[in-house]
Amino acid sequence: MRHRRRTWIPGLLLISPSLILLAVFVYGLIGWTVNLSLQDRHNARPAKGYVGLDNYTKLFTSDINDRFTHSLKNLLVFTLVFMVGTIVLGLIWALLLERRAKAEGFWRTVYLFPMAVSFVASGVVWRWLMNTGEGDNAGGINAIFHGLGLGFLESPWWTDPDWGMAAMAVPAIWQLSGYVMALFLAGFRGIPEELREAAVVDGATTFQLYRQVLFPQLTPTILSALIITGHMSMKMFDLIMSVSGAQWLTEVPAVYVWQTLLTRDYAKAAAISVFLLLIVAVVVVPYLIHVNRSEKRS
Amino acid sequence: MRLSRRVAALAVAFGTMFATVACSSSEEPGEGTKKVEVFTWWADGGEKAGLDGLVGVFKTDCADYEFLNGAVAGGAGSNAKQVLASRLQQNDPPDTFQAHAGAELSDYINDDQLEDLSAQYTEWGLTNAFPKGLIENLTVGGKIYSVPANIHRANVLWSNKTVLAKAGIAKDATTLDGFFADLDKLKAAGVAAPLALGKDWTQQMLFEALLISKLGAEKFSGLWNGATPWTGAEMTAAINDYKRLLTYTNKDRDTFDWTDAEKLLMDGKAAYQLMGDWEAADLDAKGFKDYGWSVFPGNGNTFQWLADSFVLPKGAKNADGTKCWLKTVGSATGQAAFNQKKGSIPARTDVGTDGFPAYQQAAMADWKTATQVPSCPHGSACAQTWQGAVGSAQGKFSSDGDVAALQTALASAAAEFGPKK
Repeated sequence: MRHRRRTWIPGLLLISPSLILLAVFVYGLIGWTVNLSLQDRHNARPAKGYVGLDNYTKLFTSDINDRFTHSLKNLLVFTLVFMVGTIVLGLIWALLLERRAKAEGFWRTVYLFPMAVSFVASGVVWRWLMNTGEGDNAGGINAIFHGLGLGFLESPWWTDPDWGMAAMAVPAIWQLSGYVMALFLAGFRGIPEELREAAVVDGATTFQLYRQVLFPQLTPTILSALIITGHMSMKMFDLIMSVSGAQWLTEVPAVYVWQTLLTRDYAKAAAISVFLLLIVAVVVVPYLIHVNRSEKRS
Repeated sequence: MRLSRRVAALAVAFGTMFATVACSSSEEPGEGTKKVEVFTWWADGGEKAGLDGLVGVFKTDCADYEFLNGAVAGGAGSNAKQVLASRLQQNDPPDTFQAHAGAELSDYINDDQLEDLSAQYTEWGLTNAFPKGLIENLTVGGKIYSVPANIHRANVLWSNKTVLAKAGIAKDATTLDGFFADLDKLKAAGVAAPLALGKDWTQQMLFEALLISKLGAEKFSGLWNGATPWTGAEMTAAINDYKRLLTYTNKDRDTFDWTDAEKLLMDGKAAYQLMGDWEAADLDAKGFKDYGWSVFPGNGNTFQWLADSFVLPKGAKNADGTKCWLKTVGSATGQAAFNQKKGSIPARTDVGTDGFPAYQQAAMADWKTATQVPSCPHGSACAQTWQGAVGSAQGKFSSDGDVAALQTALASAAAEFGPKK
C-alpha cells in the first residue's frame, strides 16, 4: 500500500500544474461565462440580477433582422461546403497517392503544405484572389477568367447574398484538404495487406476492392476527419475576418460574439459563446465517448 | 523512481514560476502625482504628429506635470477600446483617454465612469469659444463630460474635376434632384458607377447625408434624441431615395474600404465620393490635385461634425494634471498645434486660419456659421451598441435592398438602444 502511494503522488504532482491551469483557465472561465450569460449585464456596470434564459431566447425571437439566425445560416452553409469539400478532395488525393504514385513523398508535402499557413495569411491572399470586380475591373481569379475569355465564370465570390459563404469556404478547403488526405492515407496504410490480397485472390475488381473491402475499414478515419473539420469550421473567425472583415454578409456566430463584445453587451456575447460551445460539444462529445468505448474494447 | 521524483520537482518548480509571473506582471501606473497618462490610439501618421504638437504645448503650459504616452496602436482604435474597457473595469483608469465626443460617451457616462466638466467649461471660457450647436450636442443631462480636441466634417462630397468636366457638369448640385440629374449625366457619359462607395460605416455616412437633405437639420438631430420617429412615410421615402442612390455606386462596395473607394475617384472610374474631410489630407498626401469638394447636395449649411475628445475618468490618479491637460486641449494654442498637423479644424471658433491648408480654412469659416448636427457612425449621435445595430442593418440592405426591413430594423434599433422616454 505504501509503495502504491509513492508511485501515485509524483504522477499527480507531475500533471498538477496543467490540471490547475485547465481548471482555472478553461473550466473555470466556461463556468464564469455561463453564469454571465444568465444575467442582465448589457453594459460595463454590474448586473442587476439573473434573467434566466432570456438572453438565449432573445437571440432567436427579438434579434434585429434575425441577425443571430442569419449568422447560424451562414455557418451552416460554410460548414457543409467546407466539410464536403475537404473530405472529397482529401479522398481523391489519398486515392491517387495510395496507388503508389511516383514521388509520393513530394506530392504529399505539396498537398499538406497549405496547412502550415495561418488562416490570417491565407485569408489576406484569398481576399485578393477572390476580388469581386468583374469585366474590366476584374482582379485575382476573375481577371484570369476574363483574360481567358471565360467571362461567364466570373463570380461575385463571397459577396453573393445566398452562396457567399460557400466561396468563403474555398480558402479553408484549400488549406485543410491536404490534412484530410494525410488522415486517409494513414487509414489506407493501416489496412493489412492480407485483406487486399485475399480480395484479389477472390477475383474482386479494383472498384469492388475499394467499395467492399477498403472503404468500410475507413469509417473511423472519416469520422475523425468530419469531427476535426467540423469543429474547426464552427469556430471559424480569423479567416472570415481577414477575407471580408466583420460585416453582415459573412457574419458567423464567432464574429458576432466579437462585435457584441466591442459594443459592451457582455451578457449577450456570453450567451452566443455558450451556444457556440454547446453546438460544438453536441458534435464532439459523442465522438469522444465513441472513441473511449472502442479503445476500452480493444 | 528517483527520476520521476526529479521530474515532479521540476514540474512543481514550473508551476511556481507561472504563479510568480502572473503576480509580477501587473502594470506600472503613473507613479507619484506628476505624470499624466494620456491614453489614445494615435500611434502613427498625421494623428501622431498632431498629438506631438499638443504635447509640445502641454510641456510649456503645464511645466509642473509630465506627459506619459499611453497610446495603443492598431485596429483603428478597436484594440485601444478593448484595453481601456478592461482597465476601467479593474478601476485602473488612465488619467485621461481619447473618445469620440457626443453620444458615444454615454456608454461611459451611464456606467458612471466620467467626471462632470461643466464647471471647467465656464472656468476656461470654453462655453463661449465653442459654437452653440456643438455645446448642445455635447451636453448630456445638463452636464458636459469631455473636451473636444478637433472637429471633422462628415457630409462632404468629393469629386474628380476632370470626370465632371467631361460629362459637362460645371456647377456643384445643391439639391438632391440636381444631384440625381448629374449622376444620370455621368452614366450617359460612360461612367458606369459615378458614386464611389465602400462598406458598412461609409454606407451609414452616405445614408445620413441623404437623411439630412430629406429631413432637414432639426428633424435629423431629432432622430438621435427621440424627437423624430424612424417609422413614418418620410423615412420610407428617404430609404427609397437611398436605394436609388445605391444604383449609382460600385456593386462591389462591400469589399471596399474608404481608401479603395477613394482610388476609384482618383482613377477617374467614379466622379463622386461622400467622405469625411480627412479625405483632403489623404488626397494631398497621395499627390492627387484634381479634386473638388462641396457639401452633400441638399445639406445647405448643415455641418455634420465628429470630434475626438478627452475626458476626466473617475478615479484618475492625477486629476489636477489631467485638468491641466484638458485645459491645454481646449486652449486656442493647443487646438491650433494639434489640428494643423492632423488635418482637422479647431472646435474653437477663435483660432486664426493662418497655417491651415485651403480646405481647412474653408471648413473653419463654415464651422462658425453652420448648423451643427451629429453623426452616428462616428459616435457623436449614438452609442456604440446603437451604432453596431445600424451598421448591421445597413450591411443587410446593401445586399438585399429590402426597404421595409431596413426601416423596421432602424426603428427597433432606436427603440432598443436609443434614448428612453
